[in-house]
Formats: sequence, C-alpha cells, structure tokens
Amino acid sequence: MATAVSVVMAATPLLLAAIGELVVERAGVLNLGVEGMMLAGAVAGFAAALATGTPLAGVLAAALAGMGLALVFALLALFLLANQVATGLALTIFGTGLTALAGQPLVGRSVSRLAPLFPEGLRELPVVGPLLFGHDPLVYLAWLLVPATALFLFRTRAGTVLRACGENHEAAHALGHPVRRVRLLAVLFGGATAGLAGGFLSLVYTPMWVEGMTAGRGWIALALVVFAAWRPWRVLAGALLFGGVGILQLHAQGLGLVAIPSQYLSMLPYLATILVLVLIHAGPWRRRLEAPACLGRPFLPPS
Amino acid sequence: MSRLVVERRPRPSRWLSWAAPPLALLATLLAGALLFGLSGHDPLAALRAWFVSPLASLYGLGELGVKATPLVLVGTGLALGFRAGVWNIGAEGQLTVGAIAAGLVALATWGTEGAWIFPAMLAAGVLGGMAWAAVPAELRVRLGVNEILVSLMLVYVADLLLKALVFGPLKDPEGYGFPQSRLFDTPALAPILVPGTRLHLGALLALAAVLLAWAFTARTLGGFAWRVQGLAPRAARYAGFAEGRIVRLSFAVSGGLAGLAGALEVAGPIGQLLPSVSPGYGFTAIIVAFLGRLHPAGVLVAALVVALAYIGGENAQIEAGLPEAVTGVFQGLLLFFLLAAEFLVHYRIRRRGPAAAPRTSASSAETAA
Repeated sequence: MATAVSVVMAATPLLLAAIGELVVERAGVLNLGVEGMMLAGAVAGFAAALATGTPLAGVLAAALAGMGLALVFALLALFLLANQVATGLALTIFGTGLTALAGQPLVGRSVSRLAPLFPEGLRELPVVGPLLFGHDPLVYLAWLLVPATALFLFRTRAGTVLRACGENHEAAHALGHPVRRVRLLAVLFGGATAGLAGGFLSLVYTPMWVEGMTAGRGWIALALVVFAAWRPWRVLAGALLFGGVGILQLHAQGLGLVAIPSQYLSMLPYLATILVLVLIHAGPWRRRLEAPACLGRPFLPPS
Repeated sequence: MSRLVVERRPRPSRWLSWAAPPLALLATLLAGALLFGLSGHDPLAALRAWFVSPLASLYGLGELGVKATPLVLVGTGLALGFRAGVWNIGAEGQLTVGAIAAGLVALATWGTEGAWIFPAMLAAGVLGGMAWAAVPAELRVRLGVNEILVSLMLVYVADLLLKALVFGPLKDPEGYGFPQSRLFDTPALAPILVPGTRLHLGALLALAAVLLAWAFTARTLGGFAWRVQGLAPRAARYAGFAEGRIVRLSFAVSGGLAGLAGALEVAGPIGQLLPSVSPGYGFTAIIVAFLGRLHPAGVLVAALVVALAYIGGENAQIEAGLPEAVTGVFQGLLLFFLLAAEFLVHYRIRRRGPAAAPRTSASSAETAA
C-alpha cells in the first residue's frame, strides 16, 4: 500500500505537466519548454510559500510563474512566428539559469505542506485510507484534470474549436475562429499546469528547493504525450507507469538488493522513456499514433 | 482609419539577416545591465568584468580559444543538422560519451609511451559520439521516433554513465577516494599551441571543421540536398534526396564532432575524467548555431562571443560577486532576442489604409509552405 501511495506521488508531477502539454499540442503548438516552466513553478512556489507562510500562496505562485514563462513562449512562437522547437529550448535554458539564480537564497530552507483535504477519520482508515484520502490536495487536482480535460476536448464546443486549430488552422480561421487567441490560452494553460507540477515537487514531494530539481521530468512529460497518442486517459496510465519505474528504482537502491551502482539504476526512467517510445512506434497500433496535423506549424492570419 | 498588418516579405531581408545577431546581442547586453541594476550590482562594473577584462591578457585570450573550441566543434555539427530540419538536442550526451571513450584509451595506455595515443583518443571520442548519436538517428529513420526526446534522454544516461565510471572502476587508486580518474599521462594530453596559455591543438581542429563544413554546404550537391531538405522536405523527396540518409549523416556528423569536442576537453584543459566534463557546452552550442545563423563562419564568430560570455561569467563571479547561474540567464535571453529578431528578417509590418484590399486568403497558401 505504501508503494501504491508513493507511485501516485511520483506520477503526479508528470501527470500535471503532461496533461497541460497535451492541451497545448492539441491546439497545434509544440512547447518544448516544459522543463523550464516546471523549474520556474518550483522556485516561485517555494519562495512564495516561504515568504507568506501559506502553502496555498505557493501553489498560486507556481502556476503564475509557469504562465509567465509560457507567455514569453507565446509572444515569440505565436505572434513573432519564431521556430517553436528553438523557442521551447530557449525557454528551458532560460528557466534553468533564472531559477538557479533566483533559488540561491532558498537552498536548505523548508516549508510546510498544504492542509489535507479529508478529515483524519477517513485518512486513517485501514488499507484504503492513505491511498484514497491521504494525499496532498494537488494530487486530487491532477487526477481531476484528466476527466475534465477529456470532457473539455471531446464534449464541449470550445474543445472542438481548440482541436480544429490543431488539425487545420487555415480552415479554423476561415470558419471565423480566433486561432491565435485559442492557442495563446492553451499555451497559458500548459504553463499553469507545468508550474503546478514544479510547485508540487518543491512544496510537496521533496519538499525543498534544489537547483535543477525537475531532473528531466519535463522532458519525460513530453514523451508521455506522445505515448498517450494525445488522449487524456492514456496520459494518466503513462504517468502511473513512469511514476512506477521511478519508485522501482528508488526501492532497488534503498534495499541494496542489487549489486549494481546506483547510477545505473538512476538511468532507468530515461531508458524506460526511450523504450516506451520505441514500443509504441514499433507495435501494430502505430497507425493510431496521429499527431495533430498542424503541430509545430506557425500561423499567420491572412490579412 | 489605418491599421498595422504583418506580412511575409517576398524574400528574407538581406541586411536584416546580417544585422539580427548583433542586434540581439545588444538587446541582451541592455537587458543584462538592467538585470544587474535591479539586483543591486553596478551594471557597468559587471559588464566590464564580463566582456572587457577577460581580453586584457594573453592568458585570457588563450582561454577564449579554449572555451570556443568545443562550442565551434559542436555548433558546426548542429548547424548542419538544424539546416536539414534534424533536431539533435543531445549533443551534451554525445560530448560526454566522447570524453569517456577518449578517457578509456588514455587510462588503458597509462604509463606507456607512443605518439599514437593522442590521435587514438580523438578517434575513440569521435566514434563514441557517433555511436551515441546513432541511437536517435536509427530510431527516427526506422520507426519515426521523435529524435528530440531520444537524444535528450540519452544526455541523462551519458551523464550517469560517466559518474558510475569515475565513482567506480575508473577511480584513481591513489586519489584518496575522490571521484576522479588518474591524471592522464603526457602522451595522452593535447599539445599546447601557445606557451603560457592553455590553448591546445583542438583550436586548429575546430577551424578545420568550420572550413570543411563551409566547403560542404556551399560547394557540393550533398550540401544542396541538405538545405532543400530543411527548407522544403516534400520538394526534397520529389528530387530524390533520401531523407533517411540526411538524418543519419546529420547525426553522425554532429555526434562525431561533439564526441571529438569531449575527447579534446579531457585531453586538453581537464586532463582526467571528472564526474562532469562540460559546463553545458552541448546545450550552449544550440545557441551558438542559431547566433551564427546556421552558417559555419557565423558559428565561428558566435562561438567566440559566447565563449567570452562563459569566461566573463566566471570572471564576474570573482570581480563583481555575481552567481554563476547568470550565464544561463544571459544565454536564454540571447536566444529569445535572436528568435524575435528573426521575425524582422522574414516579415514586415505595414500600415494599411481604409481603402485597402478586402481580406483574402490568397496569402495563406504561401504562409503554409
């Protein structure tokens, strides 16, 4: 049971970051800056929680910081039509440097966590209590985002418009949909969830600030979106899978069962990511792996 | 009432494509000065520590060459790939594996003499980098796996591999348990070019790489196919240029050059294997490639500028008490401004009067191409 709880914990930042990026990519935008936005969320969330003493302020600051970097991306990639791959990379490089700089006074400090959502009676139920009711509120938010995103994308008019922008932006524009505004909102949403993912790491998971603490989770989240074939429920499955690999590695290290140096075990999440990408591209289901048709293509409204 | 509209230039502005990198640099400097001012440092003193004092001595100039060498090597390779639309983002990993391969040769031959040792290390570095780069290349060509994600994941793997080795089997037996290898023997060290500096043979190899890349892109059919692939992939397919071959070649060249850079780092300024052999040269080279407008000569100039920023960063830490992370902020800002300036090269903003033509979608086809 304790293992299941820790898998859920490890899956949460991946889930948050990936579900946001999924919406961004469904709108036709490839933002490779997830890692940078996560770091920004981690450092801003931690700093705000430390300064105000309220973890909730930290959560809000984390989301806002992610959105701040996402806005820079949107300005360059959507309105100045810059190459999206290069802009996303710039976001990650900038975010890594800026957070290392801003986070220096925060190293070694600690903050209190968010108040639990459920009463103690429920949380301490035998067996299921910790797993169902014992988590940090952000975990529930992350899980709720999955059905919410699925409903939004496939059951609402706004979601249909968003997908139309991702599949064929010229047609969407011809129908009178504001392609760039839709994409801007999607990018900002992706920034907010990436920021929350980082905030979860520094406020709940560790909880402290360490330079570069995302350790490639932003990139794994990007791989998760491909793995999920741009479908929200599969993102959840993928996040649990990758969270599980991470926990497996920690357990193997902690138990000292294996006579393998820890560095080789630490490679597991990255190698697993490559392996999973290979498997989904090699299997008979590869035909269903259709990326949004306008993914990464800049759009200049004809005037 | 007139309004402003954005339209694509019929062809990229020539003078702006020359002016864009210096403009972006200037904007970065201004933003940097502002940043220093806001954080309570004297902006002028910081910028002087950054960009002037490193150039005031022979040793400083040598250091400029030492830092520029890996950036030129990696940046040249990446620029070739980026031109063809191949995104090798994992040069840092290929550099690390090149360093490991060269280090293995140096340590295996430790205590022996031979003029072949140093060249063998470079060859091992190139092969190591190429092997590491072959993984994302093959996966993309054979299965269509995204090369960005695979090459990036392998950066983390390479970094852990290096750490596993220097914390384990390659640890110096007389090193008091520190995680580092033996110091390389003299035959395994890169020859110094200018006495009194650390400038080594690698600088000449970097220049050679620039010249070769230039000759390739400007003068051969292969180079032409390469550019068409990047500009118009479908046209390239009709013309019979094989995409798979270009992807493989891009990765082989950029991986090999990154591996060479790694080998030269351990044979040159470092002289042994450490848990980390690069302050992010592989990532910085991405910026160098763009700053140089993906042209070999441009990469050379850009690498010198960015190398100066690296040394300046270390210098500013000492002189002006600035943290090391500022370098990363500068690099990110520079790339942002470059990408913004790129807009001006390809698009123009025009004032359009009320009598202007009605909205048409005629230009949308052009935009999509």
